[in-house]
Amino acid sequence: MSITEFRPSGGGPSAAGGTDLAVRVRGLVKTFGEHRAVDGIDLDVRSGEIFGVLGPNGAGKTTTLRMLATLLKIDEGRAEIFGVDVAGNPHVIRQLVGVTGQYASVDENLTARENLWLFSRLQGVAAPRARRISTELLGQFGLEDAADKPISQFSGGMRRRLDLAASLITRPPLIFLDEPTTGLDPRTRGQMWDTIRGLVADGCTVLLTTQYLDEADQLADRVAVIDHGRKVAEGTPDELKTAVGDSTLQLLLADPGEVPAAVEIVRRVLGSEPVLSPEKGRLNVALDQADLAADVLIALRSAGVSITSVSVDKPSLDEVFLALTGHGTDGDAENGKKENR
Amino acid sequence: MSTVIAPSREVVRAAERVAAARPRVSIGDTLSQTLMMAWRALKKMRRNPEQFFDVALQPLLFTAMFAFIFGGAIAGDVASYLPLMIPGIVAQTVLTTCMATGTQLREDMEKGVFDRFKSLPIARIAPLAGPMVADLLRYTIAATLTFAMGLVMGYRPDGGPAGVLAAILLAVVTGWSLAWAFTWVGTIARSAQAVQGISMMILFPLTFLSNAFVPVETLPGWLAAFVRINPVSHLVTATRDLANHALVSGEVGWTLLACAIVIAIFAPLSVRSYKRHM
Repeated sequence: MSITEFRPSGGGPSAAGGTDLAVRVRGLVKTFGEHRAVDGIDLDVRSGEIFGVLGPNGAGKTTTLRMLATLLKIDEGRAEIFGVDVAGNPHVIRQLVGVTGQYASVDENLTARENLWLFSRLQGVAAPRARRISTELLGQFGLEDAADKPISQFSGGMRRRLDLAASLITRPPLIFLDEPTTGLDPRTRGQMWDTIRGLVADGCTVLLTTQYLDEADQLADRVAVIDHGRKVAEGTPDELKTAVGDSTLQLLLADPGEVPAAVEIVRRVLGSEPVLSPEKGRLNVALDQADLAADVLIALRSAGVSITSVSVDKPSLDEVFLALTGHGTDGDAENGKKENR
Repeated sequence: MSTVIAPSREVVRAAERVAAARPRVSIGDTLSQTLMMAWRALKKMRRNPEQFFDVALQPLLFTAMFAFIFGGAIAGDVASYLPLMIPGIVAQTVLTTCMATGTQLREDMEKGVFDRFKSLPIARIAPLAGPMVADLLRYTIAATLTFAMGLVMGYRPDGGPAGVLAAILLAVVTGWSLAWAFTWVGTIARSAQAVQGISMMILFPLTFLSNAFVPVETLPGWLAAFVRINPVSHLVTATRDLANHALVSGEVGWTLLACAIVIAIFAPLSVRSYKRHM
């Protein structure tokens, strides 16, 4: 598997963060039986930045995060958080990290307010202060009206917000967000993004995983792309997009036999290499500008290559993967189960 | 606590947090965290009252059923069987309640909230011990109801109120101690059903191969030997002595010793296997 290394991005993105590292990971490995879910990952997350881990289901994102959060044993390699060894000092790490999982980890039997109260008190917050913090967080996350309702009546978005609120009680300097917006509607998603940006403005560091290129683009200062437990690329979202192109022209040829001819035409017009999709007769062409799509289509038309369907889109995660690894986001079914426990 | 900053707009400084972090959980913290977990379990019980079905129904049902089925055969009539049987039912009910501790822990552990418990800087034993503290309430209900049902059926314990109270207390303490074994089963089994199955296999021989329902003298020698060393027999005898004679016999000591051994073995095992689950 080829490793695409981008140039390192510029200086520290946030004034609150220095040059010191919030997370330093070297050669991290997690094995489930024969399956190496995480296969030697290195990560450097700077203080005060939002770092995105981008990858399909089963790539090892959640497993990596769970190892860093002391929820899974580290099989090999070394992880440090703010210079503290994760494997050796789990109790210290738990005081430094707030974890918001892929599935809301709040108590279904309690109300929102009782949940925040429980988690505050468990972490040694004195009763009056716990009461105040709970009320403040409920307000901050727009949950005042639902504060005393059982969680079972909550929507998915409300649960996520409560879950994030519960992670912020002690205002940990590092926050892990595992696919924070998966399954949320666009409006709730935007709110979640604003909240995450607010955390960094307060001096927190955020490490998040996502399956969405646009989420990484919107939020992250830097992104690591992982696949099959390995890091395949790292850089700023802009660097990532440059590698993939600003938009993608997707072509489906009427006759799969004409693919070599089409490839030749694309090469001539754009000077770049189209990516063949596993689907027969489908080509993905990275474009620096969407306008260039017209040039390609005209050239195909004059060469008599017939097209069944055509679309110009933002590059999807799949395209990123095709561009970076030469294969799509396969392995979903086979590895996804294992990672999601 | 000094490390906690209110969620206003103060800047979070990582270096200060690292310096302020405590290296381990203190005993005091462990206790208060366990009590918070007990608070959670009590809230849960209050919102799911069906959890009390077993502790409420079993004493009523079993007491009536066993008295009328075995009473005539074993003791001549129901009334003279009650002093022998009620302490047996108390032991059996409390053990069944223990089993529910393991099953419910397993169900609870599958839920997302346990992920958060694991990610918090709290004592690893707190999420296990908390529900067990709350379960003291269930043992008390189960033991009290059994005696109450006995009284309704004509049981007049000669030990008096003090003897009966002491018997209930002993049953509750024993139940709580033995629950650690089922908690351990809860942490190793793959599903709540598996916990139920394994627990049944432990529970049935322990309760029926004891002196809970029949006098030991009627059993063949090899069985009597097992029945005599079965801790449940000691509990039943101790409970009988307390309730029927207000007598604190050596059996109380044996019962408490068995409890201490069970805790000493299964509490560390439970915490270890809970940690490994991560």
